[in-house]
Amino acid sequence: MRGSPRALLVFLGRRLVYSAVVLLGVMVVTFAIVQLVPGDPIRLALGTRYNAEAYQALLEASGLDRPLPEQFFSYIAGALTGDLGVSFRSGQPVTVLLLERLPATVSLAVVGIGLALLIALPAGIWAGLREGRVADAIVRVTSQFGVSVPDFWMGLLLITLFSGILGWLPSSGYTPLAEDPGGWARQVVLPALTVGLVAAAILTRYVRAAVLEVAHSGFVRTAKSKGLSPKVVTMRHVVRNALVPVLTIVGIQLATIASGVIVVEVVFAWPGLGRLVYEAVAARDYAMIQGAVLLIAAMFLLINLIVDVCYALVDPRIRLS
Amino acid sequence: MSGGWGLDGGAGASAEAQTVFSVQNLHVSIGRSPIVEGVSFSLEREQTLGIVGESGSGKSMTVLAATGLLDAPGARVSGSALVHDDRLGSQQLVGASRRALRRVHGDAIGFVFQDPSTSLNPLLTLERQITESLEAHRGMTRRTARTRALELLSAVGIPDPEMRLDVYPHQLSGGQRQRVMIAIALACDPALLIADEPTTALDVTTQAQIIDLVRDLQAQRGTAVVWISHDLGVIGQVADEVIVLQQGQVVEQRGIVDLVDRPQHPYTRELLAARPKLGGSPPPPVDAAGEVLLDVQDLDVRFAVSTPTGRGHVHAVQQVSFQVRRGTTLGVVGESGSGKSTIANALTGLVPAGGSAVLGGQSLLGRVPRALRRRLAMVFQDPFSSLDPRVRAGDAIGEPLRVHRLHAGRHRERVRELLDLVHLPSAFATRFPHELSGGQRQRVSIARALALEPDLLILDEATASLDASIQAQVLDLLRDLQQELELTYMFIAHDLAIVQQMSHDVLVMQKGRAVEYRPAAELFGAPAEAYTRALMAAIPPDRPRAALEA
Repeated sequence: MRGSPRALLVFLGRRLVYSAVVLLGVMVVTFAIVQLVPGDPIRLALGTRYNAEAYQALLEASGLDRPLPEQFFSYIAGALTGDLGVSFRSGQPVTVLLLERLPATVSLAVVGIGLALLIALPAGIWAGLREGRVADAIVRVTSQFGVSVPDFWMGLLLITLFSGILGWLPSSGYTPLAEDPGGWARQVVLPALTVGLVAAAILTRYVRAAVLEVAHSGFVRTAKSKGLSPKVVTMRHVVRNALVPVLTIVGIQLATIASGVIVVEVVFAWPGLGRLVYEAVAARDYAMIQGAVLLIAAMFLLINLIVDVCYALVDPRIRLS
Repeated sequence: MSGGWGLDGGAGASAEAQTVFSVQNLHVSIGRSPIVEGVSFSLEREQTLGIVGESGSGKSMTVLAATGLLDAPGARVSGSALVHDDRLGSQQLVGASRRALRRVHGDAIGFVFQDPSTSLNPLLTLERQITESLEAHRGMTRRTARTRALELLSAVGIPDPEMRLDVYPHQLSGGQRQRVMIAIALACDPALLIADEPTTALDVTTQAQIIDLVRDLQAQRGTAVVWISHDLGVIGQVADEVIVLQQGQVVEQRGIVDLVDRPQHPYTRELLAARPKLGGSPPPPVDAAGEVLLDVQDLDVRFAVSTPTGRGHVHAVQQVSFQVRRGTTLGVVGESGSGKSTIANALTGLVPAGGSAVLGGQSLLGRVPRALRRRLAMVFQDPFSSLDPRVRAGDAIGEPLRVHRLHAGRHRERVRELLDLVHLPSAFATRFPHELSGGQRQRVSIARALALEPDLLILDEATASLDASIQAQVLDLLRDLQQELELTYMFIAHDLAIVQQMSHDVLVMQKGRAVEYRPAAELFGAPAEAYTRALMAAIPPDRPRAALEA
């Protein structure tokens, strides 16, 4: 009766099908972006370089002269094979441009959320188990401070301290992990800490609330009535149960960072998705916007899928229901 | 009020009689308010002490404080509580260090709590939850502990224990979960078992099984038991001696038979009188050929359920037919999951249903006009969750008047009349739910339901979460209202005794089917179906077991 691998596979399969359906919906919407924008996208893209020949050339190259259904199917077929069109602005394939930015964005998101968890889990658990005491008050006030501080200011503070005063870390820039792991690590710390601290402040409050709720539940009383050590009661009974609702928040925050934290990227000259999207919007580079929206949606879906699988692994009621 | 034993059952009076648990002059206070004042008792092997009282009387506080498991901020405990275990020796529990308490919790003292659906960890297998204390106290390996867990599961009567070890709590029924709790409590063979309302959340038939189980295990192992209950009927089935607590004070402490036969304190007499029992007075008879108000034919409800491997359905109500005559009460009785509440939900349009249900000539199923909805009103079980905590009682009662535009321009007056109907002072209109007791809240809920001037009032376990004395008062009120206003009730309850007191006709439900549907007098006089007889037999008898066995 235990959660058989088969039940988990069926669960995973269903989630994958759902995700595919949602992704198809996103494709319809992103396709519609270009059709719905006011004015002529080709004309807008050309701007001051406009002349009749350039217009005709770009129109044919982009396929916007073909009938709508044909455009749609070639867009879908292209997207499925990784061809998201050509950026109006730079003339390079959108897929290439997006993939260039992906490692920086993923680094920032993963390291940032990792740091956030490193701070939020112990702080939230510690405060939750000491409700109403001094430790709880300290954590609550600090996290309130973290929630209220704007991220660019947090970034500037960190730069001033670690790169200005102490001179330990570079103030900006990005080196790919594969090229120089040491350089990558030194450069990722400050931007990741900036997004991580803000995320940690929010997460701490959720962890604290979840721990508080679980700590008062009947099964924790049962665990105590068995004479188990406080460590076992906390780790096995309180924390595991408290983490179930926290997983959702972690997933949302991870996806938010991954889809671009524009201000932090600007402050640290970090070549992430956020800046790419910003520049594409400013330049009305529709193919680029379409591609970025699709990628961001896919990342959200992937992260949600991972969160769902984590849920199922942790909670037998989801796995076996 | 010393802790002398009046041995009525004679159990435990063996040569090796020894005190397992001795509590002297126990006081508990929170802040400046005293919660428990001077409780003393002592308990020998294989004996059971019952602690009885209404909610808020300090029953659980007494036992949690005496065993060092009280976890209330600002609570102060004084007095003495000595537990003796053959292996661990004697241990003073009041003022003991956390480490000393951990040594006896789960080892010398086992605990079973009220609600088995919340007292088991949903994320851990049964094996893990049973073996934890064996590993902590006995230093057993996973493998030996698993063997022991297997023995325990079969000892508490779980079928297929081998397979169930790897199961999670949500895969068990309520009764099975409570059996698992008992297995956990008895894992280390404790000298003392604390059972805090262990059967309150269970059906009456399951309750009877759990009582028998604990008694059997107690006899095999010589465990001393402290059994807390608000129900003197249950206490009568398990206890040798009883402590009656009222507002933290011991008002009576004697052998169970003596207590039931010769209650000294008025509060004890009140508790005994308030106990719902079969054979109480039925409601006044009504015209047997009266007008049929509600006619239900072949009511059928299915719930779709989806599982990872496909879709299925639960057949919650299967082709159930009944009628309710105007001015009468139809009692609907059955265990949890029998479909009682689903019938109510189908009639009020909360779940879609097949078949037909006609109220005074109009069909209730499918899309119905709002004016028809008004003719049915419902009172729910839990008066704590069925009133909005931020809405004053008067506004809660007045809301249906506004929604259905009744008594326009004289809402305040009407609210006052309704409060008066349920015997609450009109000043209560400005109170918030947290300023009301459980019984008062349920009166407000009844007034709110009556505001609609409904033809049919559906009472879904409306008195189930009230103390016995409060329940008796609310039932009196309902009977008076029926007489006064010629109301028609559908009275849904799991408790046969109160169904008998309230009903003219009774519908017995089991697993979605109507197993018996007859006039109440006939049904209770000679139940035709085995299931009805089993339900009646499971009600704790009026006389204590000790008296019946003597």
